[in-house]
Amino acid sequence: MADLGCAIAGIESINPFWLASAPPTDKQYNVERAFKAGWGGVVWKTLGLNPPVINVTSRYGVHKDTARGILGINNIELISDRALEVNLREIEQVRKNYPDRIVIGSMMAPVEEELWKELAIKIANAGVHGIELNLGCPHGMCERGMGSAIGQVPQMVEDTTRWVREVVDIPVFTKLTPNTTDILLPAEAAMAGGAHAVSLINTVNSIIGIDLDAMAPNPLLDGKGTHGGYCGSAVKPIALHMVAEIARNPATKDLDISAIGGITTWRDAAEFIALGAEALQVCTAAMLYGFRIIEDLNDGLSDFMDEKGYRSIEDFCGLAVANTVNWNDLNMNYDLKASIDKDTCIECGRCHIACEDTSHQAILMEANAAGGRDFTVVDAECVGCNLCQHVCPVPECITMNPVENNLPHLTWPEHPKNTLQTTE
Amino acid sequence: MGEHPQISKTGENLTRDEIAANFDDLHPPLNLAQVRVQSSRCLFCHDAPCVTACPTSIDIPKFIRQIATENVTGAARTILSANIMGGTCARACPTEILCEQKCVLNVGEDEPIEIGALQRHAVDHFMAEGRAHPFVRAAATGKKIAILGAGPAGLACAHALAILGHDVEIFEARKKPGGLNEYGLAAYKMANDFAAQETAFILEIGGITIHYEKALGRDVTLGDLRAQFDAVFIGHGLGHSNQLGIDGEDQDGVLDALEFIAQLRQTDDKSKIKIGQNIIVIGGGNTAIDAAVQAKRLGANHVALVYRRGASQMGATDWEQDLARINGVAVHLWAKPLRLNGEGQVQSVTFETTRLENGKLVGTGNTHEAQADMVLKAVGQFLDDDALGGLQTERGKILVDQYGQTSLPGTFAGGDCIASGEDLTVQAVEDGKVAAAGIHAFLGGK
Repeated sequence: MADLGCAIAGIESINPFWLASAPPTDKQYNVERAFKAGWGGVVWKTLGLNPPVINVTSRYGVHKDTARGILGINNIELISDRALEVNLREIEQVRKNYPDRIVIGSMMAPVEEELWKELAIKIANAGVHGIELNLGCPHGMCERGMGSAIGQVPQMVEDTTRWVREVVDIPVFTKLTPNTTDILLPAEAAMAGGAHAVSLINTVNSIIGIDLDAMAPNPLLDGKGTHGGYCGSAVKPIALHMVAEIARNPATKDLDISAIGGITTWRDAAEFIALGAEALQVCTAAMLYGFRIIEDLNDGLSDFMDEKGYRSIEDFCGLAVANTVNWNDLNMNYDLKASIDKDTCIECGRCHIACEDTSHQAILMEANAAGGRDFTVVDAECVGCNLCQHVCPVPECITMNPVENNLPHLTWPEHPKNTLQTTE
Repeated sequence: MGEHPQISKTGENLTRDEIAANFDDLHPPLNLAQVRVQSSRCLFCHDAPCVTACPTSIDIPKFIRQIATENVTGAARTILSANIMGGTCARACPTEILCEQKCVLNVGEDEPIEIGALQRHAVDHFMAEGRAHPFVRAAATGKKIAILGAGPAGLACAHALAILGHDVEIFEARKKPGGLNEYGLAAYKMANDFAAQETAFILEIGGITIHYEKALGRDVTLGDLRAQFDAVFIGHGLGHSNQLGIDGEDQDGVLDALEFIAQLRQTDDKSKIKIGQNIIVIGGGNTAIDAAVQAKRLGANHVALVYRRGASQMGATDWEQDLARINGVAVHLWAKPLRLNGEGQVQSVTFETTRLENGKLVGTGNTHEAQADMVLKAVGQFLDDDALGGLQTERGKILVDQYGQTSLPGTFAGGDCIASGEDLTVQAVEDGKVAAAGIHAFLGGK
């Protein structure tokens, strides 16, 4: 059986699954339930200076698909609303009760060096394995000059990281906000400030929906709503991209990454690891299903690794990074054609209408002798876009098959029709 | 209530409450969670097979998508614009041989979408909301159309004609509108007086007058109607039940199954209905099943359904046959009645076993006698064409062209009295629609 142990920023964890700084890690009770369930670590809910913040009700809105699935949660909860000392005492207790599990202290403060240093020391003294700087919260705290208000200014990212580094001797994680145009700028700033690792992504700034009766954003508070932080499986593609950018950027490629963003299944976890994440953080999936999901996260990841022959997380960490390239590096001579398996086709016509209405009119629909319809790909019109395969409800009914054209690898910069001879 | 009936817990007769429960909805409405699950399963097929399978061509993928997007009112409009009796059809259609049989998920997931139940959700929602009638009438044309029969065909035709601006007078032989929706469908399919609710909804369009207890041949004649109206639509069904044509048929305890069902439908407290304890239903169609199952649900000890051919020849669908078995009806195949025995009150039936010989049904000569204190005859209906003098018929049905017009110009027909398809509400509605368009064209409309 594969070894799920991992190491990030010099911290060794029994598995790569930590709970992210959020409501599930707000207090000792929840954290100990998580550890009992099998989570490798937690990032404690963000601690601030006293007096603690006051939260409002309601706090969550959700984005659903047309069935009952929740694609994402948007929250407007602030950082821990419990006294700093209460939190620190509980952290000490948890460390004693669960010595083999990781506890990271998350923190935020106004941009004043003394405040950051004072808080970082207090948290470190509670016995945490590392400190994570919350520079990402995009709602509420940013209006007070914290959270994403810091994370969006690279100089502040560097400064706060450095301040904390200067006063503690444990690993420092700088948590990045995705609410920025280029994730490399804050990542490089964190590195310049001496971060041992970056954690990303924090939540995506969002309005989850409008209550059309109240004519106000959800979640609704006394007739008003505000923007909040979006998380859950819907943000995973955004997170994958940002993790990949850091992992393949020469200046940041050696920075350890604690990946966050919609990790719901073992497969999500493996994808982030493949893009260079040393460890992972989960929140929304646990909020939706409870801590017990750790069982399949561990089991599924372990099975996948066994099947592929990876003995450790390190064995496949970053294996997809080199294959994540710019568009200009893609082979333009590679050709795919769709093929429809008539034996498993249920004749719904989804592929036909998707192609007919919105793509390349490459799927014919013809009446067959049995009174049904036959769907056939016209190779000459098929551009291999995959849309038919994606809309097909039957697993493996539509396959995309490479055409053996014996043409050489050819990128756009090399292409004879590229009259501008764009090379970048 | 569900497909499984209440059965006596004490050996005594069923209580009034148990009987009432037995005649509640056979399939209760979907709850919101079920609606979400079912509506989200729909693949929104292109040129969907379910639509082709619907005699009224309801745009099923569209209305299911409208339900899924919480545009339930829009879903109801989609349904009702193709089938004004979408509410009854959602309850009574044998969807297992229509839309749901063609659902591609039969192949994909071995289980079709519950189209009928979703349709009911949308239409019931619309009617419960008490919204304004979803259709408006065109400017008055001044044309008057007579319709015979306020059943599904007549009401559907009347509604479509009213939308086009014509005025309609319906002549109905019975005291109530609805036809077989009101008198002929099993009570548990039409719980809470739904037929009456639906008729009231249809009449909201305006321009439709119903004259009750006016039967063709008895109170009105086709000739008079043709003279007094600009067009006539005949939608009065078949109207007459076939007899067995054997000895002993005129005894007490021998009833026409449709009359038995009509009595059931018109009785609020069904525990007051006199029922035998040993009932034989003769026939193999849905009416036979409806009669047998309802007899069982009234508390009859033994109910046997006897059909002269095999299961695959039965008019009742497989699902209906299963329903009979679930309800404790004994189904006997390959036996035909020879005579009804008794001295004024039926006591038994003598059957002869049958078999197919070169495709022809023959008696084997083997007979047996089955005890019965009640015999329900469900061996089909026939059209009495005496009052239809001059109209061409074929195999006992009125002959019509593709516009629903009979051999007499300006006289149209639809429903069970023509041979357009299965004798179902949904087919009658379609016939009414087709004839309304035909009448409109006949009257010079576009």
